[in-house]
Amino acid sequence: MDFSIASILMLDGVTNGAIYASLALAIVLVFAVTRVIFIPQGEFVAYGALTLALLQLGRVPGTVWLLLALALLAAVLDALAALRRGLPPGRVAVSAAKALAVPVVVTALTWWAAPQNLPLLLQCLLTLAIVTPLGPLVYRLAYEKLADATVLVLLIVSVGVHFALTGLGLVFFGAEGFRNPSFWDARFSAGALTLSGQTVIIFMVSIAMIIGLALFFERTLRGKALRATAVNRLGARLMGISTSGAGRLSFGLTAFMGALSGLLIGPTTTMFYDSGFLIGLKGFVAAIFGGLASYPAAAVGALFVGLLESFGSFYASAFKEVIVFTLIIPVLLWRSIQHGTQDDEE
Amino acid sequence: MIKVRSLVAALAGVLVATLAHADITIGVSLPLTGPTSALGIPCKNGIMLWPSTVAGEKLNVIILDDATDPTTGVKNARRFVTEDKVDLILGSAATPIAIAMSDVATEAQTVQLALSPIVLPEGKGAWSFRLPQSTAVMAIPIVEYWKKTGVKTFGYLGYSDAYGESWLKDITALAEKAGIKPVAVERFGRADTSVTGQALKLVAANPDAILIGASGSGAAMPHKGLVERGYAKTKIFQTHGAASLDLIRVGGKDVEGSFVSTGPALVAGLLPDSNPSKALGMKYVADYEKAYGAHSANQFGAHVFDAYVVLQRIVPEALKKGKPGTKEFRTALKDALETVGRIPVSQGVLNYTPTDHFGFTPDTGVLVTVANGDWKLAPVK
Repeated sequence: MDFSIASILMLDGVTNGAIYASLALAIVLVFAVTRVIFIPQGEFVAYGALTLALLQLGRVPGTVWLLLALALLAAVLDALAALRRGLPPGRVAVSAAKALAVPVVVTALTWWAAPQNLPLLLQCLLTLAIVTPLGPLVYRLAYEKLADATVLVLLIVSVGVHFALTGLGLVFFGAEGFRNPSFWDARFSAGALTLSGQTVIIFMVSIAMIIGLALFFERTLRGKALRATAVNRLGARLMGISTSGAGRLSFGLTAFMGALSGLLIGPTTTMFYDSGFLIGLKGFVAAIFGGLASYPAAAVGALFVGLLESFGSFYASAFKEVIVFTLIIPVLLWRSIQHGTQDDEE
Repeated sequence: MIKVRSLVAALAGVLVATLAHADITIGVSLPLTGPTSALGIPCKNGIMLWPSTVAGEKLNVIILDDATDPTTGVKNARRFVTEDKVDLILGSAATPIAIAMSDVATEAQTVQLALSPIVLPEGKGAWSFRLPQSTAVMAIPIVEYWKKTGVKTFGYLGYSDAYGESWLKDITALAEKAGIKPVAVERFGRADTSVTGQALKLVAANPDAILIGASGSGAAMPHKGLVERGYAKTKIFQTHGAASLDLIRVGGKDVEGSFVSTGPALVAGLLPDSNPSKALGMKYVADYEKAYGAHSANQFGAHVFDAYVVLQRIVPEALKKGKPGTKEFRTALKDALETVGRIPVSQGVLNYTPTDHFGFTPDTGVLVTVANGDWKLAPVK
């Protein structure tokens, strides 16, 4: 191996690492706020990339119908609960209409926009508008009632949600893969290194996303509320922070970050309806680096996973996945030696 | 009203048929969901186009989903032989499941027409016959072309699974016999986000040709990866698993001029009239695309089409020896497959014998290249 090969591999590793980083941050965020180990994170990546692919083909993606169906279901459940509590039907109807407004508008917009062949950027925004609301809805329907259950129960629910979303993905997108057009076809050469426009975009968006997340947590009230919930759920509740609202917000953020990662990665590889799972798992390995608690450690872990994968595929491509996933064992060992075993299950 | 009347007529027809002789029942197990659903779904589409009778007997087809899970596949096969008393099992389209099902077929002495070129250990699979071409047969046109164009070394980039492994084994054996050496062998997974590492190593080894052992649209990512690293696209070869328009759709201009080894069905229109598969292949493509839209034809639908062609040939033979639903009929089907001789199908010419259950003759494979987003026969040098 000479310097040029090493630098190409490093670039490749850091590019993938940037994607894993945003997934790892989302996983840490969701775990901190809701204690859900969010395995289906990768599904949002696939949904993002493939929704855009179908929009590119001028078809209405099935994710829109999923959004509408979930929103209806959530609205009906909310309305029933409100009526049972004895709220006046008029107010119940208004709040149901409010909850349904966004999904209906997004659906109508997609219905209108799909055959229009809009510019790529607008289609990306539409994709984000379709996939992001899926996060809070998934939380509302699958997790909210179980918010106080053990981590293990929540993990089992996550596995179920993962299978449901993957299966729906097959229905929506079909079994064959898609590759999205590149956002920016430019190429920059520096010696042996070629930097494609897409890589630049991946770096910029990932960095912007991380900075945005940091600002959100430091500067905004909602961000602080999320942090408070993460630190102490009961305490946050006593201070008037809605924990279920925090849960929905964190799932919304994670769906947004997943879909955005999907848009970023879509032009560099072929995405299948089930590709998200492995990508999400690598984000999970990275999140383990941060003990599912530390954002900076998770981001560093993600870069490390990306680099390891890239160099692993060069030296021993047949064992690449083995190398990446075996990594979890020494990391867990190191963490448990460092912190001692904690049995703090509630 | 018309619907009701035709339903009554159909029911009456069924009744008469059952009185005269039992229906021929075929159990089909396909991966309609799970990672290999891209293979199972077109197979099911193909079965939907089957006529309702074969050799004058009513055809009763039961399709079950095996979810790309060998356990489910075996469960389906057991159901077929115990509950449904099928005369023949078709499937699965995914290799691990078809292998698992072959044991049930042998045990129940029922013919299995596998929709995957399964490789079974010596002494197993007496009742299993394959409809798709073996990788060994499909490797022939590639190596022949390499011989003609003076290729001396080759690289391999394939799935890290059974498909990638069997291609590597067969192409290496065949190429080394012709004096062509493998210089770099790399693996990747279908869901991988990049093949930069593998591509760097392959391009650095600079072989005269690179074979990609992958299937469907999954074959496009490594292809693009190699081209991105500066490898000439006219030196890249793809296997029959990738011989679908999905490769061209996803690969775009990067697959232009590259080579694919395929069965004759998809390129039937390009073949000389002397080719025994030409007429059948064209009929398959026309029928399939009429039902499922332009450019929808694929090799998996062709294998199912061929299953019906094979049935047309062997059922009349077997009917002479027994009634459908009996052990004699099932045994007669196996004997007919092994003794009936050459059967031209859309994907080549089958010639099953008691010792060869792969069937396809060595001249089955066709090497095509991609030109202007469509297939073209590879130029003969």
